[in-house]
Amino acid sequence: MLKMPKSNMTALFRLINENQELFVPVKKANQVNFGLWDDEAEVSLETLKTVKSPKDVFFPQSETLYTCVKDGKKISIKPEELASRDFVVFGMKPCDVRAVDVLDRVFLTEPCDSFYKARRDHGTIVSLACGEPSVSCFCKAFGIDCTEPNADAAIWLTEDSLYWKAMTEKGEKLTETVKSLFEDADAADEEKLDAVKETTKAIVEKLPYSNLSLEGWNGDALTEKFNSPVWEELYKPCLACGTCTFVCPTCQCYDIKDYNTGHEIKRYRCWDSCMYSDFTMMAHGNNRTTQLQRFRQRFMHKLVYFPANNDGMYSCVGCGRCVDKCPSSLNIVKVIKAFEKQEGDK
Amino acid sequence: MQELITRIKELLADKTVDRAIGWRAGDLGYNPEPAYFNSVEDMDNFVYDGFCGANLSKMMIEAAKLEGKTLVCLKPCDTYSFNQLIKEHRVDREKTYIIGVGCKGKLDPRKLEELGIRGVTTVKGAELEGDCETLKFDTVYGEKECAYSDLMLERCHVCKGKEHKVFDEVIGESKDTSTGDRFDEVAAIEAMSPEEKFAFFQAELSKCIRCNACRNACPACSCRKCVFDSNKFDSAQKANTVSFEEKMFHIIRAFHVAGRCTDCGECSRVCPQGIPLHLFNRKFIKDINEFYGEYQAGEDTESKAPLTNFTFDDVEPSIVGERG
Amino acid sequence: MPINNEEFRPKIVAFCCNWCSYAGADLAGSSRLAYPADVKIIRVPCSCRVNPMFILRAFEKGADGVIMCGCHPGDCHYSTGNYYARRRMTLLFSMLDYIGVEQGRTRVEWVSAAEGVKFSTTMNEFVEKIRSLGKNVRLEDLRCRN
Repeated sequence: MLKMPKSNMTALFRLINENQELFVPVKKANQVNFGLWDDEAEVSLETLKTVKSPKDVFFPQSETLYTCVKDGKKISIKPEELASRDFVVFGMKPCDVRAVDVLDRVFLTEPCDSFYKARRDHGTIVSLACGEPSVSCFCKAFGIDCTEPNADAAIWLTEDSLYWKAMTEKGEKLTETVKSLFEDADAADEEKLDAVKETTKAIVEKLPYSNLSLEGWNGDALTEKFNSPVWEELYKPCLACGTCTFVCPTCQCYDIKDYNTGHEIKRYRCWDSCMYSDFTMMAHGNNRTTQLQRFRQRFMHKLVYFPANNDGMYSCVGCGRCVDKCPSSLNIVKVIKAFEKQEGDK
Repeated sequence: MQELITRIKELLADKTVDRAIGWRAGDLGYNPEPAYFNSVEDMDNFVYDGFCGANLSKMMIEAAKLEGKTLVCLKPCDTYSFNQLIKEHRVDREKTYIIGVGCKGKLDPRKLEELGIRGVTTVKGAELEGDCETLKFDTVYGEKECAYSDLMLERCHVCKGKEHKVFDEVIGESKDTSTGDRFDEVAAIEAMSPEEKFAFFQAELSKCIRCNACRNACPACSCRKCVFDSNKFDSAQKANTVSFEEKMFHIIRAFHVAGRCTDCGECSRVCPQGIPLHLFNRKFIKDINEFYGEYQAGEDTESKAPLTNFTFDDVEPSIVGERG
Repeated sequence: MPINNEEFRPKIVAFCCNWCSYAGADLAGSSRLAYPADVKIIRVPCSCRVNPMFILRAFEKGADGVIMCGCHPGDCHYSTGNYYARRRMTLLFSMLDYIGVEQGRTRVEWVSAAEGVKFSTTMNEFVEKIRSLGKNVRLEDLRCRN
């Protein structure tokens, strides 16, 4: 394990940025989101949760796939170039890193998504352990330890130092480039760090959602959950906005659309939300015509359909962004609890 | 709150109303959700406290389609929205029983983080008893405290007044929370140079993720099909693609509700990125007041909206440049 | 970036109502009155048909200035259309000014069917104004850039 004083942070960013792009949590107009680092950027590593998850460094909210250009009577197609520059995402939280595993399952299985894959290949994730988890966090329910980041490289922040540990080959490579800023951590340091981790773990134990039970939520529960009357009451406050899906680190549905620029057509894809009335709209019409169906889709997908197809892996990581951001205070925790209550009543 | 619960139970029991729309207590003490209460038993987890900020008037559009009468709890500012919906024939006054609920300012749990209060497990002081001066929090990081007004929504600091504009009965006390003029922020932006204005709005709007929460929460946005959802136009852009779409969306949305927006502040309350969307609506309200005379949407159910009205000697559009 | 006025040819969109302004433009043409070819006219049934979205779309797709012409107040073919249009455009232009778009990129002018001269001078003036303002960058969509 390596360490450096926290005051060296800017030097570290500058060094990383020398040969590659660097994404960090940046504060802009009072909100913190992942963005490109530069000397003026107001980096905020203390922020527990960025508003949007960092998934858009790998899976941007919108990206052009190809462009059709008309030249006389001929139409030519120009495919968009794949990402070719290396980049580093610095400060991703352990839950968001797990979310990347979820996205990998979707985009890297055959047929593999070449745009996503190119970004994954060129991206190095440096994950930051959580220091002050919040009440809306429930990563523990999904077996994530927020004090032990599991990415290309892991970092921990203490009062005055930053600890760094490479975890993969990519991480080692990055470590080589920044090594000059670090020194080796000794046993006393490790002890200090362990104490910090213990404090955080103790807090996690106290969080109200930490012991959320996922019992009964798995791929086999399909018909039972699908037909449950609980949805009838649950969905009612839902505004049908896309906040939960757009701040979610694992939501991966997208729509493909065309945009006429006046001189060419750009075919692009953009995030879609199952909360929207035109979600999966097809020529024959819409297969989910009510908000109840769309609302149910979101939670069934995360807790039932996804585990059914991915060896029991849930596509929720317990980051709690939807808990914080839903305008109607609805969220996946309330859904899980409502089912728990109903099944208890039976 | 007890008085309110007792009264709603009475009305449900004697079948004056078939259902009630109010707030159901959440699991954290500060996350109540809007909910339907269909029976006296349902009322057990009814709550009305400082965190019940949602404007329930829009839910009446759906409720008005149901059989029988629906009770709805409306705060003073929500009654403006309700009046506006009556005017536009989107709700049925005859099928609604309105309890005007008292308001001492509504709280914004998203401000907790800004105030450095994280990990809140219980809250004391939001029950709307007495003067509502301080809030006390038990958090996983120890006890914390803040002034009630520090956690209040922006809209409550510039409140239009605590008078209910439409109601069948009023339950609960209100307290004036207004401390400023609601057009101050707009005036401050108007005084900026074009470059500053542009930089300000560019920074704010570039955060937009096009989640449509502002639109879907807005009681004035009651179109059955929004122009931004229509796949016949290329206006239906789900994503915030580069630099233009968000400006288009927010200007047009504000324009579509201009003269109908009651300034209830829901758009700013629900925005996950904290974009001060009320600045668009208030600009239109301010302009309407200046150009065509004072007008408050939702104050009544009869008056003609400024944009469906005109006079022969209205100002010319060139006033924008001449005003300086 | 300094703008070379010699080279900059602004794109101007003019929404003209069918009954007065379009006829006014026609008259300008048949009277051999010159106005810059940079002005592209879109004929609308009434100035009241102009949706604020039309104006923003025009800017999005590369217009540098948008002008709307209609019958003089009181002379609307449909009696009152232009009165409504006047209120809408006043509010829209004020909003554009508010978000920092340069004043003068938008304009409303009432041009009757008999005012070919007015049409031509208005367009000349407007094009000159847009030339001095330079390219529209604050309301453009980057995807539409050539």
